[in-house]
Formats: sequence, C-alpha cells, structure tokens
Amino acid sequence: MSQAKVIRVAGPLVVASGCSGAKMYDMVKIGQLGLIGEIIELREDQAFIQVYEDTTGIGPEEPVRLTGKPLSVELGPGLISSIYDGIQRPLDVIRSREGNFVTRGIELPAINREKKWDFIPVRKKGEAVAAGDILGEVEETALVRHKIMVPDDAGGRIKEIKGGKYTVEEVVARIETAAGLKEVRMIQTWSIRKQRNVNKRLMPDEPLTTGQRVLDTLFPLAKGGTACVPGPFGSGKTVVQHQLAKWSDAQIIVFVACGERGNEVADLLLSFPELKDPRTGRPLLERTVIIANTSNMPVAAREASIYTGMTIAEYFRDMGYSVALMADSSSRWAEALREISGRMEEMPGEEGYPAYLASRIAEFYERAGKVICLGSDERHAALSVIGAVSPPGGDLSDPVVQATLKVVKVFWALDDRLANMRHFPAINWLLSYSLYSENIKSFLKNKVAEDFSDLRQEAMLLLEEEAELREIARLVGVESLSAKERLILESARSIREDFLHQNAFHPQDTYTSMRKQYLMLRSILHFHHQGLRALEEGRTLESVLALKVRERISQMKYIAEEDAGLLGVYLEIDGSFKNLREGQE
Amino acid sequence: MYKEYLTVSNIVGPLLIVEKIREVKYGELVEIETAAGLLRRGTVLDVSTERAVVQVFEGTVGLDVDRSRVRFLGRSQTLGVSEEIIGRVFDGSGRPKDGGPQIIAKKQLEISGNPINPDARDYPSEFIETGISSIDGMNPLVRGQKLPLFSGSGLPHARIAAQIARQAKVLGKKEKFAVVFGAMGITFEEANFFIEDFRNTGALERAVLFLNLANEPPIERIATPRLALTCAEYLAFELDMHVLVILVDMTFYAEALREISAARKEIPGRRGYPGYLYTDLASMYERAGRIKGKTGSITLIPILTMPEDDKTHPIADLTGYITEGQIMLSRELHRKGIYPPIDVLPSLSRLKDKGIGAGKTREDHADVLNQIFACYARGKEARELALILGEASLSDLDKLYLEFSDAFETEFVRQSEFDARSVIETLEIGWRLLRLIPRAELKRIRLEYLDRYYYERNK
Repeated sequence: MSQAKVIRVAGPLVVASGCSGAKMYDMVKIGQLGLIGEIIELREDQAFIQVYEDTTGIGPEEPVRLTGKPLSVELGPGLISSIYDGIQRPLDVIRSREGNFVTRGIELPAINREKKWDFIPVRKKGEAVAAGDILGEVEETALVRHKIMVPDDAGGRIKEIKGGKYTVEEVVARIETAAGLKEVRMIQTWSIRKQRNVNKRLMPDEPLTTGQRVLDTLFPLAKGGTACVPGPFGSGKTVVQHQLAKWSDAQIIVFVACGERGNEVADLLLSFPELKDPRTGRPLLERTVIIANTSNMPVAAREASIYTGMTIAEYFRDMGYSVALMADSSSRWAEALREISGRMEEMPGEEGYPAYLASRIAEFYERAGKVICLGSDERHAALSVIGAVSPPGGDLSDPVVQATLKVVKVFWALDDRLANMRHFPAINWLLSYSLYSENIKSFLKNKVAEDFSDLRQEAMLLLEEEAELREIARLVGVESLSAKERLILESARSIREDFLHQNAFHPQDTYTSMRKQYLMLRSILHFHHQGLRALEEGRTLESVLALKVRERISQMKYIAEEDAGLLGVYLEIDGSFKNLREGQE
Repeated sequence: MYKEYLTVSNIVGPLLIVEKIREVKYGELVEIETAAGLLRRGTVLDVSTERAVVQVFEGTVGLDVDRSRVRFLGRSQTLGVSEEIIGRVFDGSGRPKDGGPQIIAKKQLEISGNPINPDARDYPSEFIETGISSIDGMNPLVRGQKLPLFSGSGLPHARIAAQIARQAKVLGKKEKFAVVFGAMGITFEEANFFIEDFRNTGALERAVLFLNLANEPPIERIATPRLALTCAEYLAFELDMHVLVILVDMTFYAEALREISAARKEIPGRRGYPGYLYTDLASMYERAGRIKGKTGSITLIPILTMPEDDKTHPIADLTGYITEGQIMLSRELHRKGIYPPIDVLPSLSRLKDKGIGAGKTREDHADVLNQIFACYARGKEARELALILGEASLSDLDKLYLEFSDAFETEFVRQSEFDARSVIETLEIGWRLLRLIPRAELKRIRLEYLDRYYYERNK
C-alpha cells in the first residue's frame, strides 16, 4: 500500500495526497482513530474523501489507509431486528460498548460473528445449482426464514452441503464451479452503490395494502412500486411513514431514518417490539431492519444511509420476499449531497444542489420493482420504495420534489391546511394520484369485491363535485344550492370525515382491512343513493339528514373487523329509509 | 508552551488566515493576541498543509496582519463544569459575568458534544403541566421534547417563555429541576426581563445563564447555545436534574452563521443561509431528550422571531423540520388583546400522544383536543365566510361554530400571565365550550366519553 496522508480538512471533506492506485468510491481509514471515509473524487494522486464521522482533531500529515475495497454492507442471518447507523454499524452493540453517546473511530462487525444459526439445507450433494438458487434456510425470527443463496459467481455442482449449527463465517457448502471449488458461507458482502442482479423485471400488478383507507382505496401503491410523500413540516409525513412500516403487508420492512429526529427513531425502537403483526400476531420488529442516521449524526453517513438500506432491502427481495423500503427523508439525503458538493467547490445547479441530483434520485428509485429473482426456480419478489420529501416551506417546486415526481408513480400530497384542521392522514385527495389503479384493478376485482373500483370511482367523483360546489357556495351562499347538491356536499363530507379521516393512535381505527374499507365505503355510498332516491320521492333534505343512522355511519370506523357489525349498518340504512318513506321518522 | 505564529496573511470579515502552520488540527481552539496585548479566541474552520482558516469569536475589529500572534491550543473549545455552575451568569463565551469567581471545574466538556445514540434514547412521555391552557390542552409539552416558540417582532414570546419556566411541573412529582438560559443577540432589556423574573420567583438559584447581548460580538453567538446545551447535558445526565433549556433568539444565531459562510465565500442555500444550516441547527436541537436508565432530561424551548412572520423563512422552516412541533404566536390574537396569543391551529406538539390520556392527564384528553381543533377550524372558516357574505347567510350550525370559536379564544386561550391552570381545569373549560355544539357533530370523540362528559346544556 502506498503512503497516503491528509493535506486538507474542511468539515466532512478531507483531501489526501499520495493516493495513486486508489479507485473511486473506495473506502479509506483516516488518522490514528481510523475514521471511515469514501473517495468521491480523484485528481492525479490526490483523493477527495467524504468522511462518515466528525473530523474534529484531524489535521494535515495524518496517515490515510487505503483499503482498496468499495464501501460495502454485510448480508446474512442477523440483519433482522438490528438497528444500524448510515454505514451499517450496529448501534445497539455500540451502546453496550461505548455508552449513551456515539463516539468516533468505532469498528464493529455489522453481523454477529459468534451466534450460531441452525442451517437446514434444501439442496443435496451432487445437484447442479445456478447463481441465486436457494441452498438452505435459517429461521432468523418467527416471521423470517432467511434463505441462503448461491453467490453470483458460484454456480456449479454441489460437492458438499451439511445442515447443523453454524456461525455466519463457517462454510456450509462447497460448490464445484468452472473456476474451481467455491466455499459458501452464510455471510456475504455487497457494495452499497451497486444494484443487486435479478433475472427479469415485471410490471407491478398487486396492491401493497397498508390498512390506511385513503391510501388503499383512493391512491393505492403496487407491490414493487414507488411512492413519494412530500409535505411541509407538521403535515404528518412521519406518521404516514410509521403507519406504513407498521401495517403494510410487506414481509420485510427496511426503515431508513435519514437525517431525521432521534426521538422518532426511539419511538420506532420502543414500539416495534410491542406492536403485533396483524396477520401473524408476532412483534413487528421480527420483520424489520432499521437504519438510523439522525440529523445530528455525521452528514456524509447520511448520504450513504439510503444506499445501505437499499442494498439490504434488495438482498431480502432476492430471497423471494415482498420488501418495502421507507426513506424518511430523501430531502435530508439530498442536502447531504449538497453539502459535500459545496465543500468540493463544484458548480451548483438549482438551489445550490449539485447538477447530478436528479440522476441520483432516479437511479435510487429505479432499484425498486417487481422481479423474477436470480435462480432456477424463477421465484417472484417485489421491492417497494416509499420516500418522504421535506420541501422547504412545503413548496412543491423544490428541486428534490420535482426530481422525485419525475420517477415515482404514486404521489401522496400532504396538505398543511388539512393538518391544521386535524384531518389526518392529511393527504389531499384532489392533488394526489396513483398510476397503479389500472394495474391492480383485476386483483381487486378477484380478491376484494367485484364493484370495488366502481365505488372508488364514485367516491372520487363526489369529492371532485364537492370541491366545485363549495366554490359556488362560497360565492353565492349555501341556500342557492339545490337539495340534491347539498346532499352531495353532505355525502362528500361523510366520505372525508367518516372514511378518509383515520386516527393512527386509536387502537381500532389505526388499521382497516381491505374488506372493511370496502364495506365502509359501500355503506356511505348506499346512504347517498338512498338519500337521492328519497329526495326524488319528495322527502325533504332535512328529514334525510336527520336520520339517526348517520351517527352509526360516523362510528363505523370504530367497529371491529368483522362483517356482522358492518353489514348491520348497511341494513340499518335500508331500514331507516324504509321508515322515512312510511313516515315513521 | 504553544508555538506562536506571526504569519497572519489575510483578515476577511470574522476570518483570519494563518500561513506556514504545522500540526494544526481541524476544530482546534485558537488564541489570538492583538498588538495591544488583548486576547481573543477562535476555532479552526479549514486546514491544509500551508494555511489555516480561523474564525474569531470576538470579531476581528482591531486585529492587524503584522503584529497579531496566533497560538493553536491543541484542543477544541470546552466548558469547565461542576455543581457550582448552578445559579451563575456567564457571557457568551462562558466567562463569569456576575462578578463571581471562575468555576473550579471538575470536568472539561467539549462544547460540540457527541450525538446521542438513537438506541439509547428513551421516548419522552411525561406530561409537563405549564399551566397554559393553549399548550397543556391543545399542544402538550412532554419531558425531553424540543418545542420552539415561533414568534415575530413585538410579540410577547419572552413573557410566555418566562411563564413556562415559572410554572412548568410534572404532575404528582417533586424533582430536581433547573433552567439553562442561552441568549444570543437579544437586547439588554429583554435579557434583564428574564433575569428579574427568575430572581423574583427564586428560579435564579437553580438557573444557569449564558448571555450574548446585541452589542456583543456576533460570532460568539455560534458558541453560546452550545455552551448552554453542554451545561444542560451535565446537569441532566450526570447530576440527574430535569433541565429546561430556553434559547433566544435563534434568528440571530443563524445570521451569525450566515456571516461566517459569506466570509468564506461558500455557495449559499436559500436566502443566503449556508446549505448546512439544517445540519448545524440539528446538531444543537437534537441534544434535547431522555436517555434510558438516566433520571434527568433535557427539554428545549428555542425561541425565534420569524422575519415578516413568515414561517417558510429558512430559519423557521428548518427548525420546524427538526423540532417536535412548534408553538405559533399570532399577531391577530395579540391585536385582539388576547394573552397568550397562541394560535393553536398551526401549532403542534408531535409527542403529545404518548404524554396524555388515562393515568397521565385524563382519558378523554386526546379526543377532546382533536374535537376542539376541528370545531375551531370550522368556526374560523365560518368567520371568513361571514366576512364575505354577512353573518345572516350562515347556516344555523355554522353560527354555532362561530360562537364556539369566539368563546374558545376569549375563555380557553386567554388567561393571565400568573394564572396556572391545572390540566383538569383546562379540559373542563374545553367541555363547557364543546357543549355549544350538538352532540351528533362531535365525531372525533368516542361514544363512551361523550356519555360520560357531554350532557345537554339546559339540564
């Protein structure tokens, strides 16, 4: 190794000379402390290094050690339930070793080396395997069976494979390949900036259900799709992200807290072991990996954190799982990019962001998708990505928002006017969109209800009409509207308040199944249809609106997840209108 | 002794450039001796093999290129702490300002601090009763939270902050409590208001003050909040105290940061503020919190004046993205003569949900809070409508909402500066107002609570 040394320090940027032979994005270690950094520019023998730790106390002449390897993550059993910083250092282990504050120069393996896992082979000696084939399984948690796959360069014939208890570094199989005998261990490493290989990409066609009514019914995300949640502060971005992490029906969740609040990460860490997965009853933490680089942790590690999370997510996808990655917030990542770019004195683009901002964002979201994994069994898997964006002042013309909207297919627009009225989730139904509604139509038809898409369409139409009618009412007063129009206003209000409004902190309301969503919406619209009919038959609007059953509709969200109660509301609506017609109410 | 350099080549704004240096480290503390023999201090912002860029805390007025002597001290800026620090007043660089002796330090702490390991954080969940209805009832504060006051020039933020410092307590507990006060660039009068208020209520004995006034060097302000927070960390996590940190005024802090950035010719972000303003603010705000296994806590109330009351201004905007909510003051309420002029609609406390409810405040708190928000928002909408079309054009229901929102402002929000309402009193006022609205309209409240607390008005 050549003798490289520091020649300049400016915040998170360090310049070193004597780095001939170094490659772009190689990892380096700086000074006596061995601070971890990554080469982001090379000029002759000088390397520009972004350092993932605080550089206070580093000065010229200090040694720089070139590792010759790119910044990588470790992949293998032991990832689930972990909490890592932006460059995959285990924060729980750091805490038990170094105390309550994160100090510098810590080097720890990301995956526990001592723990023994029970490896159960699914293939036999003598069988031919290709890259990506599953050799065996490890029960990592009750929720996750960790698949041990043939590494990309190790396709061939199995010479030896044996079940039993192993640490991640022990050899579990030997494969005879064209290039000689390869040993397979449960752990592997992968460069964070390199996309993991797949066999083929597919079109997303299945919804990722989240239990959030406004999302599932009005603006669905498909498994393997991408979504973006921009909004000003206080509009509930983080609550939406947390709700998705808790309730979405992905099998693995990777949550990247990128430059956000420490207390929010604490909330995740304290609530996930207690929250139960609605499908299995096991703690949610047993399917979750958390990457936490809070806003006060080093800025360069924030830049790396979303790639660390993405690589881990891709690894689980390769096993055939449906994975969801949440990044909160991509604006903080972009700001880290801007800060480093500024220190390198690059020519800035819009708002001081580097010119390559848009291409980096596109590259990131493009790593999502529904795929056929590597391997001969052609298993399907999906990686969905949901990115929060925090535009300054809630201004959607912000370069990060604009660059994100160009690539994502679902847009959940948070609106602080709704948040001020405490309408949560504060997702504006007129601005948001989903381009997956068509893709998943047949799925909904077969799995939820024949008329689900029609109901959705009608609800959207009512909300649209409401906006127009309110505009008119604002100008000329409510009295000038016809009874029918006022019923539309009331029904739209019912959709907003009784259906779209959802309290994340209410034990019953926090999650709604697709079936219940369907039944709720059906009842609300049924009341609307019956109301219209009653008006046509000459009843007054007041008598329709005075029906007691409306209170039942408004309390539907608190009814338990079973058909009886919900169908009861539907029947009660029929009964109420029957009485109305017969003059009893 | 330290090596002295006489090799200053440039002085630009608050920055000093020293040439031909050896073994200088990034972030190192620097001492500068002027031609007249006065000492100033600074810190290294950028270092390369030939030169170092030094930011001078006390400003560069009176420094010259030829005769300034520069010494690099081999350590970063620290604060000496011990139990004696409580009850003392310091200047913006941590030197005693009350005529008392230097602190005999038990420990030297680096003021930049280390980030709290997210895994070590305990979630804030203890409700703090401030005695102010619009905070306790609508945007409750919890221990370990960072909740800024977004104010504007001429609004009574200082009085509100002092009232919180005076009245704040955790229900049913008697604990060691301290206030750390950091002032950046505020006037003597404003600083004096706090000191007198602390003195009159006896709070001064359990307070630590760091004061950088408007006529003192702006660059010193970069260090002041960090000194305050370092002191708070010591009190909270080593002496097991519950610390309330008040920082005024963050706007002046950010302006000092901008001045340095401009002098370094950095590429500016929005409105000339440096691109790293978010990270810089976060490195301070995030020092609030609680740690598992520790008794003490740091609750942080930064105060900032929004230029032109614009909450999209970078300082307010970035603060809002880091802090756990905000208390927004309203000029409109202030003009109506309502104290405290807290506009509850754009205000928010993100951590409230874990701090309220049965066993903490009262079971119905969350529902009541949501319902009042919804009713008040609708009432304000009705008021706007009435302005355009006249009150007669409102529906009967809207008139009720209008009545509600007026009563809310005058009975719920308004209270005296020395009125410490219990949270139960606050909730009872809330229910009294909600009874103006028909029961079927109160959709945000669970039926069981309606049954328990809502009864018809004339019964």
